[in-house]
Amino acid sequence: MAAAPDASENRVMTGQNRTLLVTVAVLVALFAFCASQFPFVLSTRVIGNLLTDNAFLGMLAIGMTVVIISGGIDLSVGSVLAFSAVLLSVLITKRGVDPTVAFVIALGIGTAFGALQGAAVHVLRAPAFIVTLAGMFLARGACFLLTEDSIPISSATYQRLTDAGLPLGGGAHLTLSALILIASIAFTAVLLRRTRFGANVYALGGDRRAAELMGVPAGATTACIYAYSGFMAAAGGILYSLYTQSGYPLAGVGLELDAIAATIIGGTLLAGGYGSVWGTALGVAILGLIQLYITLQGTLSSWVAKIATGALLLFFIGAQKLFSQSSFGTGLFARLGVRVGRRRTFSTEPSQ
Amino acid sequence: MRKAFAFPAWAPPVAAMVLVLLIDTILFPSFFQLRLVDGRLTGSLVDVLIRGTPVALLALGMAGVIATRGIDLSVGAVMAIAGAVAANALAGGASWTTAVLYALAAGLACGLWNGVLVAFLKLQPIVATLVLMVAGRGIAQLVTGGQITTFDDAPFSALAGGTIFAIPAPILVVAAVALLLTLLVRSTALGLMVEAIGVNPRAAELVGINTRSIVLAVYALSGVTAALAGIIATADIRGADANNAGLWLELDAILAVVLGGGSLLGGRLSYGLTLVGAITLQAIKTGILLAGFPPQMGLILMAVMVSILLVIQAPALQQWLQRRTLRKTAS
Repeated sequence: MAAAPDASENRVMTGQNRTLLVTVAVLVALFAFCASQFPFVLSTRVIGNLLTDNAFLGMLAIGMTVVIISGGIDLSVGSVLAFSAVLLSVLITKRGVDPTVAFVIALGIGTAFGALQGAAVHVLRAPAFIVTLAGMFLARGACFLLTEDSIPISSATYQRLTDAGLPLGGGAHLTLSALILIASIAFTAVLLRRTRFGANVYALGGDRRAAELMGVPAGATTACIYAYSGFMAAAGGILYSLYTQSGYPLAGVGLELDAIAATIIGGTLLAGGYGSVWGTALGVAILGLIQLYITLQGTLSSWVAKIATGALLLFFIGAQKLFSQSSFGTGLFARLGVRVGRRRTFSTEPSQ
Repeated sequence: MRKAFAFPAWAPPVAAMVLVLLIDTILFPSFFQLRLVDGRLTGSLVDVLIRGTPVALLALGMAGVIATRGIDLSVGAVMAIAGAVAANALAGGASWTTAVLYALAAGLACGLWNGVLVAFLKLQPIVATLVLMVAGRGIAQLVTGGQITTFDDAPFSALAGGTIFAIPAPILVVAAVALLLTLLVRSTALGLMVEAIGVNPRAAELVGINTRSIVLAVYALSGVTAALAGIIATADIRGADANNAGLWLELDAILAVVLGGGSLLGGRLSYGLTLVGAITLQAIKTGILLAGFPPQMGLILMAVMVSILLVIQAPALQQWLQRRTLRKTAS
């Protein structure tokens, strides 16, 4: 970001805003469709619940966004979430540890685990896909070492944390989980867009080698990126344990793919260097809304959800291709025999 | 002039496999013993090969995709779809050949779908195949009507349980597919072209390689091998389970390719080494079982083994080793 010349930054930003606009439009359309079928969806209560129900997925997706922008991927987040939740239940219920202390331990382990993965990716020059796959096995295995059963968490603090929240009006309230999610989104947006670290993340994702030559500390940044993802996954585990009031070793199996899907729907490019956490928030909302609709409908079987999610993914990727700075849009026009200057058509910037 | 010493490409994966097999033998001394029981070879090694069949087949297809710098996340879902199609056909009274053909056709269709998205619409492979990974199990459920479709068809089940010359059929299928593919890519320039695309897609296009049709072909092939894996898995349990067939096997298949020395950055294609990777992976899993570790330890040991193999094969380590040997030869 800091290193990019002005014109190209503007072009990227325009593309990004356009992708975000498409995502917002689809979210609104989906919401309108839901509301037309079930009018009570428009209530603050449902919107509050939507945030609470998807808070833990949102946390994973935030961390995943940072990793993906840097050109990596983190398959371990679902397992880290489960490990964090299981660890909390074991510490609190079986060992009688104070929840706040348990939270700090879980977050510390998650962050350290992430940092270790980041270091391995950088030092070994090994593909992130495989390193975090090993991490996924490790964290899931650690869950089973801790316990094989579901352990309920019963603690006065937990009850208080679950009940806490801001009143929204209309009898609804924003739960603590929802508030944490919103705060995390805002914090990460600032982190990515307004700090040196954020600039380094985009630079690494854009062109790793060039970034290193420009003086980006690739090793430290990579470790920090995965540490952040590990922290978010552990925090997601805390929210998950608040949500289910228990810890279960098989929690969140496959959740990493939902997080990746949310990130992609939100317009972040898997190749790295491009994307935003706001988009990811919209992606999580869209996934949550699909789930909500299927739950409300009641008669739809689960396969509809899967096919619908797949179709939506495809739609978003297509929309991104068309509207962001790819060659597909111009290519399509060229094939149709229409000659258009890409800048003039897809950007508000005057062409040079 | 002294020749600079370099490790041959096959050395690290084969060394890793030998290491894992050695550990298995230490844990379980009769690991390499073969016995003939009722005209069927049995033994731990045969068990490793049979259990590794689905992942080996997926990995064979995946190897071509990864060599073009792609990735195919949908293979597990394609297994489920092919299994569902085959079971549905059999339950409807079709002959086993028809069921196999239908399943292979379904796999081919899935592969072509992925291939079109990647080769023609230029989507990133991981995203393009994620679509089918997410939707595929839904499609499989649609085919089976959300139920576990069972069937009773002896010839079809023989695809998983039968033997030819005492060798279990799945092993023969894998060997035949690997041999066929190796012949196909090495007796023609196909292998070279696939690797060229992985090394530098733009340059490959400029030297006149028809990158689109080759990329389309590797994804189509991946779909077909995934369907074959689905057929064998379905024949094995005599039923199709849309939710669990091939679940998370895509990650195992990618791991097998990487353990076989394939690079996720593309440019390397060896079906033989891919089989080595698949055997290594399954030998780790079987070894963990044989060693009698508590099952809860399984995943952790797996992670530890993968990490060790990852370090052995890490480009950073090999560069360091090569620099060291170079320095030694120089002095």
